[in-house]
Amino acid sequence: METSKVIHAIYTDDDVLMSAVKRVKAERYHIEEIYTPFPVHGLDKAMGLAPTRLAITAFLYGCVGLCVAVAMMNFIMIEDWPQNIGGKPSFSYIENMPAFVPIMFELTVFFAAHLMVITFYLRSRMWPFKKAENPDLRTTDDHFLMEIAVHGNETELENLLKETGAVEIKLIEKEEAH
Amino acid sequence: MYTISNKLKTFSIALIILGLLGVGYGFMTSHKSFEEVETMLAEEAPHGGGHGVATEAHVVAGDSDHSEVSHEANSHDATANAGQHVDEHAKHVEHVQHQMANRPWSALYVAAFFFFMIALGVLAFYAIQFASQSGWSPVLFRVMEGITAYVLPGGLIVLAIAIASGTIGHYNIFVWMDPEVVAHDKLLQGKASYLNIWWFAFRGLIFIAGWSLYRHFSRKFSIANDTASDNSYFKKTFRISAAFLVFFIYTESIMSWDWIMSVDPHWFSTLFGWYVFAGMAVSGITVIAFITLYLKSRGHLEIVNDSHIHDLAKFMFGFSIFWAYLWFSQFMLIWYANIPEEVTYFVTRIQDYNGLFFGMVVLNFVFPFLVLMNSDYKRIPWFVSMAGIIILVGHYVDVYVMIMPATVGDRWSIGIPEISSVMLFAGLFIFIVFSALSKAPLLVKRNPFLKESEHFHY
Repeated sequence: METSKVIHAIYTDDDVLMSAVKRVKAERYHIEEIYTPFPVHGLDKAMGLAPTRLAITAFLYGCVGLCVAVAMMNFIMIEDWPQNIGGKPSFSYIENMPAFVPIMFELTVFFAAHLMVITFYLRSRMWPFKKAENPDLRTTDDHFLMEIAVHGNETELENLLKETGAVEIKLIEKEEAH
Repeated sequence: MYTISNKLKTFSIALIILGLLGVGYGFMTSHKSFEEVETMLAEEAPHGGGHGVATEAHVVAGDSDHSEVSHEANSHDATANAGQHVDEHAKHVEHVQHQMANRPWSALYVAAFFFFMIALGVLAFYAIQFASQSGWSPVLFRVMEGITAYVLPGGLIVLAIAIASGTIGHYNIFVWMDPEVVAHDKLLQGKASYLNIWWFAFRGLIFIAGWSLYRHFSRKFSIANDTASDNSYFKKTFRISAAFLVFFIYTESIMSWDWIMSVDPHWFSTLFGWYVFAGMAVSGITVIAFITLYLKSRGHLEIVNDSHIHDLAKFMFGFSIFWAYLWFSQFMLIWYANIPEEVTYFVTRIQDYNGLFFGMVVLNFVFPFLVLMNSDYKRIPWFVSMAGIIILVGHYVDVYVMIMPATVGDRWSIGIPEISSVMLFAGLFIFIVFSALSKAPLLVKRNPFLKESEHFHY
């Protein structure tokens, strides 16, 4: 089994964390992961993470929902059994469209919302019996943890992290599970 | 300090002069004599000649408001029928003649109301910014104050045109102002205690006075706050803004019944006031964005960053959808129930104004919805401007479709009277707004939220 070494640097303040991230990035170290108890505004930008494309998927899912609604009601109300219900014109879809708009709207929102949430779960690998990947329990409460891979440069990196205000620095031998 | 550039001044004055000429031309050419209208109708008739005129007159007069005779009752009596043809023919020609005379009045009224509603929408938006103590907008307050300078003159002009159409004109916009029509109309008699010209004028003056008072004091406090030593003016503005918003939502609602809904005095709708407000708010915010972008491009508003533009574009997006929601709610409820007394409103609009009626939904909803959805595009000035032009054109058409079917019916067109009315009021609007902008520094000083607004970042 292969092992790799990572350093876990723990911070107790999000402002200190932010400046540490900027410093570490400036020194050209690769930050593997950061664990925080709450969203830190601007952290993704400081880490240089790519912007999310979740909103684009939501738009596409909404389009799917709209198509489903139109196809469904066009088949049921206009093509399959065009009854006269209370004098509503069921000769063509467009003539009776105002009555379908509430459903078109709701299905668009329904598809956009639910499929986007499911996409989010899949992309972030979250499900009910998922084993929590938490290196330090305190990161869910009031500590911030930065994980940096080491390739034989432990001492320099440890010194750098100390300078940035880390309260705890641990060298971890990580077993590659896969 | 901003000073209005000579170019802009000349441009607005040129617009006013050209507009006035066009409006004058519209009034000169709209008063056709009975014979002129008769020959015009004869030329339009499908078969030509006397028979064609009579047939068309017969059909149209049958469903026009002015004919009280039921032709079915007399249809077996040949002589009576012939006599009635002549009678209905005359009535039809008179009806068309009246519609044609209404056109320059309505064109003027639509344009006047359109520019006035922009200013009023901005005034309400301004009050909301104070009442909600928003931290992003103080850098835009002077732009908003500049636009609201048009509330008083604009409101008086709209009211003046409305009243002049019933006193100087021949009841060219509001049919309930005509005592002869009221004398033959049970429904209008029932509404006469509300819809009569003096009570109408009085209400209008009260509304304009209330709005202008708020505008006057909020502007005064805003300028006084620049040199004040404490925040008492800010607190005062907060209080009067909250009070104004209560006053506004009542008066705006009543104003929309008076100034717009009463062109169709047989028709009524409950959510009409909010519908008008939604159009007002979205065009107002669009104009704030326009003027901000213009001033920024000239280097006058350096402190405004693309996050402020982004926020304005979000408001344009959101209020466009809100407008569409109200438009559809009004349309769908009436379409679904299909009660004859309500549905005529949409029947005339769909028959005679089909392209405009549905086209404006595309302009006011579909385009802004698709164009302003992307977060990155909302920061691009030319993109926001293009979307804004679409929205403003759409809302002009919206006002047009609210007024015109009731006054000119199927005799509508967008020609010299309409375009020159828009030019006239656009010129007036630009002149008044930019003059007001040049009267105070473009950035407020020592507003409690100013620092936050300067560093606003989304």
